Amino acid sequence: MGITKRAILGLTCAFGMSAALAGSALADAHGGWKPKKPVEFVVMAGKGGGADKAVRLMQAIIAEDKLAPVPITPVNKPGGSGAEALVYMKGKNGDNHTIMFTLNSFYTTPLRQKALGVDITTFTPVMRMAEDTFCLWVNSDRKDINSVDDFVKEAKAAGNKWIMAGTGKNSEDNLLTDFLNTAYGLDMKYVPYKGGGKVAKELAGNNANSTVNNPSEQLGFYEAGKTKPLACFTPERISLFKDAPTFKELGKDFVYFMQRTVVGAPGMNGDAAKYYNELFTKVFNSEKWQTYRKKKALVGPALAGDALMDYWKKERDIHKKMLIDMGAIKG
Amino acid sequence: MTVRMAELCMAVTMTIFSVYLMYKSAELPIGWIEGEGPGGGFWPFWLAAVMLLSCGGILFNWVKRKTAVAASEETYIERGVMWDVGLVAGSLIITVALFHWIGVYGALPLFLLFYLKFMGRHGWPLSVGLAITIPVVTFLFFEIMLKITLPKGITEELFYPIYPLFF
Amino acid sequence: MMEIISLLAGGFAVAFEPLNLMLVIIGCTLGLFIGAMPGLGSVNGVAILLPLTFLVPPTGAIIFLAAIYYGAMYGGAISSIMLGIPGASTAVATTFDGRPLAKQGMADKALTAAAVASFVGGTISVLLFTFFAPPLAHVALVFGAPEEFALMLLAFATFVGLGGDDIWKTIFSICIGLVLSAVGLDIISGEPRLIFADITGFMHGINFLVLAIGIYGIGEMLWTVEENHKAGGRSMLSEATVTVKRTIANLRELLGAWKAMAMGSFLGYFVGILPAAGATPGSLMAYGIAKQISKEPDKFGEGAIDGVAAPEAANNAASTGSMLPMLTLGIPGSPTTAILLGGMVIWGLEPGPLLFTQHADFVWGLIASLYVANFFAVVINVAFIPVFIAVLKMPFTILAPIIFVLCLIGGYAPTKDLHDVWLMIIFGIVGYLMRKLDYPLAPAVLAIVLGPLAEPALRQSLLIGDGSFNIFFSRPYSASIMTAALVLMFLPVFKLIYDKMKKKPQAAEG
Repeated sequence: MGITKRAILGLTCAFGMSAALAGSALADAHGGWKPKKPVEFVVMAGKGGGADKAVRLMQAIIAEDKLAPVPITPVNKPGGSGAEALVYMKGKNGDNHTIMFTLNSFYTTPLRQKALGVDITTFTPVMRMAEDTFCLWVNSDRKDINSVDDFVKEAKAAGNKWIMAGTGKNSEDNLLTDFLNTAYGLDMKYVPYKGGGKVAKELAGNNANSTVNNPSEQLGFYEAGKTKPLACFTPERISLFKDAPTFKELGKDFVYFMQRTVVGAPGMNGDAAKYYNELFTKVFNSEKWQTYRKKKALVGPALAGDALMDYWKKERDIHKKMLIDMGAIKG
Repeated sequence: MTVRMAELCMAVTMTIFSVYLMYKSAELPIGWIEGEGPGGGFWPFWLAAVMLLSCGGILFNWVKRKTAVAASEETYIERGVMWDVGLVAGSLIITVALFHWIGVYGALPLFLLFYLKFMGRHGWPLSVGLAITIPVVTFLFFEIMLKITLPKGITEELFYPIYPLFF
Repeated sequence: MMEIISLLAGGFAVAFEPLNLMLVIIGCTLGLFIGAMPGLGSVNGVAILLPLTFLVPPTGAIIFLAAIYYGAMYGGAISSIMLGIPGASTAVATTFDGRPLAKQGMADKALTAAAVASFVGGTISVLLFTFFAPPLAHVALVFGAPEEFALMLLAFATFVGLGGDDIWKTIFSICIGLVLSAVGLDIISGEPRLIFADITGFMHGINFLVLAIGIYGIGEMLWTVEENHKAGGRSMLSEATVTVKRTIANLRELLGAWKAMAMGSFLGYFVGILPAAGATPGSLMAYGIAKQISKEPDKFGEGAIDGVAAPEAANNAASTGSMLPMLTLGIPGSPTTAILLGGMVIWGLEPGPLLFTQHADFVWGLIASLYVANFFAVVINVAFIPVFIAVLKMPFTILAPIIFVLCLIGGYAPTKDLHDVWLMIIFGIVGYLMRKLDYPLAPAVLAIVLGPLAEPALRQSLLIGDGSFNIFFSRPYSASIMTAALVLMFLPVFKLIYDKMKKKPQAAEG
């Protein structure tokens, strides 16, 4: 047993070395870059969260339709609101086999933790797969709350006894809560939980008074009639919730999205970036992904290359202003 | 070194460690924030304080020779044991260090060979056989079946031609 | 009732389709081996094999994953007993008595007890699941942060008295575990916390597995190296044998553990239903309570059969329990169900209150396959016991390097960060040195498991309750759990006083 395996390993190694040299030469001549080993797909969040689920769906689509010659392996690096993932990617400078799935902590974490020395404009833009939307939710038991006006009246009366549940301090949910507090003169108390699913459940179980969850996180409870959306932070009404107005309609011009974007390591080879771009275009256009987008009320067209980079710069500036306004960072 | 001496060293080390933990926890507010409850450093700080307190208790027992280890004048680690345990621990440290450089598949065979041949005094056929079989099984189980990539260091490129055989 | 039975019968028809049956068997076997690896538990098994399930229809897929989940739950006990390394947090309690039994040459007894208890736990919980799903789902929903903290306190309370004779060292051990569990991110303030020397590896916190594999894997092996040296190089990890006669005797002895098993099954199921808790607190509490209700509590920690049976029944029951909120509410009760949930979304099934009505075939197919998976898992497990025993009989100098390799890779696999492997080695060496000085280390491992669940729940509760502890007593569920925890915590004190009062008159008589 040992001997045959040893022989096989020896052979493969010898074969491997020569083939590796030949292979790299061949690829260069051919021009078409292909991954040579399993590709690491870093997730800026923990197992079982919204981003993680999306990554595992993309992994499944790639595996099922055999879109890539190697497996795509998700690696969760949730530490420090994505700081760990960003530092990891920064260290993978010039690596062609590491990509990452990002959220808005892609902007906020480097802004808040300058010591990390992460410059997101050095990362390689691959493709924006979607933009997730946000709505204001309350429990359906609150028959007295059917509009934002009712909500404001009740929340004002409750003062700081009004509990807004969200995911993490200074996260997207926190930004939106601060916006609502300022815009409507409220004093809601923000309680951070771990993960959007948990937040949705706290609302459905009446342990929180309201949330600003993504529809994807609250959808199950919405369909079961446990929670209801009052208004959404979108430019137009979301087709799933026709009755919920946008904040724009209500006279507060505030639109907010969460990006769901695939990013490459900084300094990635141009051919490799092109390869991933083509790969994720296929994923984006796949029926499974499109169904997922529709079901989860995800919006935003695919965005790649320079257009994606411009989008990042614009969003980063917006987030910088928001963080300064809420006092999380200094100008 | 006697057990009694070792007990003192450990207690002193842990006292210093507790103080360090308290100092490090104090980077975040360690007090009670009105209307919110404890600050971010509260939990680790006060627990580290209890650690410090228990170190005090351990030291008190040491002075009073109250516990078996505090009174024991036996040798803490005998010379022969120190040699064996030290070799094993040292080889583990070197193996992990080698993970960074020559990767799992470079370091594991060396570790196995060292352990089987020199610690275990087994024959060459068995030692070499296992030193090769175990990494191969590891590769097949973790990398191929479970798709968990292990660190490879400079041996990375050698694996490029192997992957297409399996995927 | 009749309706449930007819639905279940339909479910069995689904489960017994050849493809599904095959998936159950493959899943159980794979799960058993993944679970038996130190460092890999049901979470890893389910996450890693998730993409494989796209080759089969959704019902087949969930059956496959559920079988892996069950198999891994059985498998977790194997490394706990054989190597003393808990493969996952759910199997920590199993090491407390499983390992001593193995050391006394009774690994077969411990393994049999674990398998049978798992089967009992699995069966009782699936029955409970079948007949009492919807009303319990409501409890899961109203369970908020105060209830979670109360539950964690209860879990700690059941463990009063675990640890060594040196009270200071026990307290030290609990506290160091709790402090290490605080490393990483403080979710309430969003600030990084205890990032030693600014090393980014600390940002994801110290995973329980790093400490557990360090202490129980590396540390325990160093300890055995020492014993091996003293025994002149001839020591073995366990010298158990398997014979039909022994097995029958083991099974007979197990009959005496029925109380522990039944208690573990019910407790595990109910704790498993509660969101965020999962199987870990369930199995720990089952162990603690088994010790408290036992006639021979002193035998616990030295090889009590009840100490293996109770937590094993509980963790399997809890894994069924945690599927309940997942299916009915779309809330994962444990990390593993979080991934199952992700899988269901990918297959196009929306978990939630409507699942039972809209996809009845899926739900009942799953429930039926839980019965089937449970049956096959116990059969496969028992069939492998002689193999595991044979493995333990290999010379220590061959087994030791293999176990070290498993530890190193097991420490790396969950986070794919060599930083964690380094930490594990440090914990192993320091743990070995501390153990030689009678520091009890089990409390530290328990603390690092429960700490990350307890602290956020405490702070969230206080935040909601304006910083007042009243919140824990103003809510019905939280108040009752809290009271139970406090009673349990002070029970040993009352007992002590009671014993003293009883002794005094006797002394006077004497």
